[in-house]
Amino acid sequence: MRRALPVLAVLAVLVAVWYLGAWRMNTPWALAQAERADQQLSAGELFTATMSQDRPRLPAPHQVASELWKTTGDMVLRGRALSKRSLIYHGMVTLGATLTGFALGVSLGILGAVAITYSRVAEMSLMPWAIVSQTIPIVALAPMIIVLSNAVGIEGRDVPKAIISAYLCYFPVLVGMVKGLNSPSSQQLDLLKTYNASGAASFFKLRLPASMPYLFTSLKVAIAAALVGTIIGELPTGAVNGLGARILIGDQFGTPLAIWAALFAAAILAGVLVTVIGSVQTILLKRMGMAR
Amino acid sequence: MSALLAAIAFWLAAWALNAALARSRWRKARVVRIAVPVIFGLAVLVLWQGLVRGLNVSPVILPAPTDIAQTFAGSTHVLWEDFVQTVLKGALTGYVIGSLAAVATAIVIDRSAFLTAGLLPIGNFVAALPIVGIAPILVSWFGFDWQSKAAVVVVMVFFPVLVNVVQGLKETEPMQRDLMRTYAAGYGQTLLKLRLPAAMPFVFNGLKIATTLALIGAIVAEYFGSPVKGMGFRISTGVGRLAIDLVWAEIAVAALVGTAFYGIVAMIEKFVTFWHPSQRVG
Repeated sequence: MRRALPVLAVLAVLVAVWYLGAWRMNTPWALAQAERADQQLSAGELFTATMSQDRPRLPAPHQVASELWKTTGDMVLRGRALSKRSLIYHGMVTLGATLTGFALGVSLGILGAVAITYSRVAEMSLMPWAIVSQTIPIVALAPMIIVLSNAVGIEGRDVPKAIISAYLCYFPVLVGMVKGLNSPSSQQLDLLKTYNASGAASFFKLRLPASMPYLFTSLKVAIAAALVGTIIGELPTGAVNGLGARILIGDQFGTPLAIWAALFAAAILAGVLVTVIGSVQTILLKRMGMAR
Repeated sequence: MSALLAAIAFWLAAWALNAALARSRWRKARVVRIAVPVIFGLAVLVLWQGLVRGLNVSPVILPAPTDIAQTFAGSTHVLWEDFVQTVLKGALTGYVIGSLAAVATAIVIDRSAFLTAGLLPIGNFVAALPIVGIAPILVSWFGFDWQSKAAVVVVMVFFPVLVNVVQGLKETEPMQRDLMRTYAAGYGQTLLKLRLPAAMPFVFNGLKIATTLALIGAIVAEYFGSPVKGMGFRISTGVGRLAIDLVWAEIAVAALVGTAFYGIVAMIEKFVTFWHPSQRVG
C-alpha cells in the first residue's frame, strides 16, 4: 500500500489534467454547435457538452473507458467475444503475431549469443552489425518486408508482422545472453575443466543456468519491443485485423474513440505480457535457487 | 547462375579472411576491429548482388545493390528534400524539445521522493508502450506538416529519457554528497557540480535509445498524412508506384541517418563522460 499510494496519487493528477485538456480542446466545437442552434451555454452546460461528444478532439477518460468496455467486456457478456467488432479479437490477432515474432527473435538472439560466445570471428563480424541494425528505423523497412514476403509466396500479413517484431526484440536478448553466458567466473569454468567436462556439458550445466537471470531481464524488454514491432507492422501496411489496424481504421473513419480504445487495449496487453514474464522469472529463479 | 556461384565463393573467401584476422595476433588492433565487420558487410552485399543477378529476380521485388546505388546517385535532390523534411524538421526538433523537457521534468520531480516514487513506475511502463500509435491523433491535432511529426517524436522520446535521468540523478554515493555538504554547497551547486555530471552516463543511455525512436516516430507519423515530401511519404507512395529502387534508396538514407545520429550522440558521450570506467581503452 505504501508503494502504491504515490503511483495512485500521480495517476489521479494525470486523469485530472486529462479532463481539463478534454474540456479545453472540445470547447470550440461545443460552442459552434450551440451557436448553430442559437443557444447560450452556461459554464456547467458547456462542460458537460465537452464530455460527451461523438467525435471529440480529445475524448474524456470515462468515454474511453466506456468504449473499451463496450468492445471487450460487454461483448463477452453478449457472447460475441470473437466478433470482428470486438477488441478481444483484434488483441488476439496482435498477440499471435507478437508471440510468433517474440519466439523467432528470442531464438535468433540466443543462437547469436551462443555463436558470439564461442567464436571470435562471429563476435567481431556480427556484434557491430547487431548494434547498427538497431539504429535503423525499422518502420522504413516494413512496407518492403511485406512486398518481399508476398513475392516469395507468403500470403497474408502475419509473417511480415512477426518478422518486424522479431527484428525489434532479438537485440536485447542477444546482448543480455552474451553477458549471461560469459557471467560464470574463471574459477567455475576451471572447476569444470578439472572434472574433464566436455564443451557441451559445461554449456548446459554452467553457462546456460548462469545466464538465466540475464535472459529474463532481457525477455521483459523483448516482449514489450515485440508488441511495439507488431503494432508498427500493422500501421503502415493497410492491415485490417489487429490493434494497430484498429488505430489505422479509426483514423481513416475519423472515430477518435476507437483509436483511444485500441491504444489502451495495447497498453493493457503490454502490461499483461510483461507481468507474465516477470512471474515466470520469479518462479523459475526460485526453483533454480537464484532468487534475489 | 555463374554470378551466384562467384558471390558464394566471395562469401567463403571473406569469411576465411575474417577468421584468419580474428585469430591473428593483430586482432586487438583498431584497424582489424573495424576491417572485420566491414568485410562481413561487403560479403553480404556481394551475396545479395549474386542472388539477384544469378536467379534473375525481378527488380520490382528486390533490386540489386548496384541498381539501388544508381537510383541513389540519380535522385539525390529528392532524397535531400525528404531528409530535411523528416529528419531535420521532424525528428531533430522533436528530439531536442522532448529530451530537454524530460531532463527538466526529471530535475523537478527529483526534489520530491513522493513524486519520484509515483512517476517512475508509470514512466517505466509508458516507455515500454507502443506510443507510435498516437501518431494519427497528433497528426489530426497539429496538421500535416512537420509540426505534428515533431509532436509525435516529443512524446516518444520523453519517457525513456525521463526514466534514465531520474535513475542517473540517484547515482551519487552518500560519501560524495556529504563532501559537498562539508563544502557548504547548496542544492543548486551540488546538482551542477556533482549530481548532473554523475548522471551523464545514464542521460546518454536514454539519449541513445531516443535517437532511433525519434526517426521511427517521424517516419510513422508521415504515413498518417504529410505534405508531398518526407521519407515516410516517399516510402509509402513508392511501394504503391512500384518505384522499389527509390524506396530502397530511402531505406539506405534512413539507415545511414540512424547510424550517424546514434554515432554522433555516442561521440558526445565519449567527450562528456571521459572519466567513466566504460570509456577506458585497453
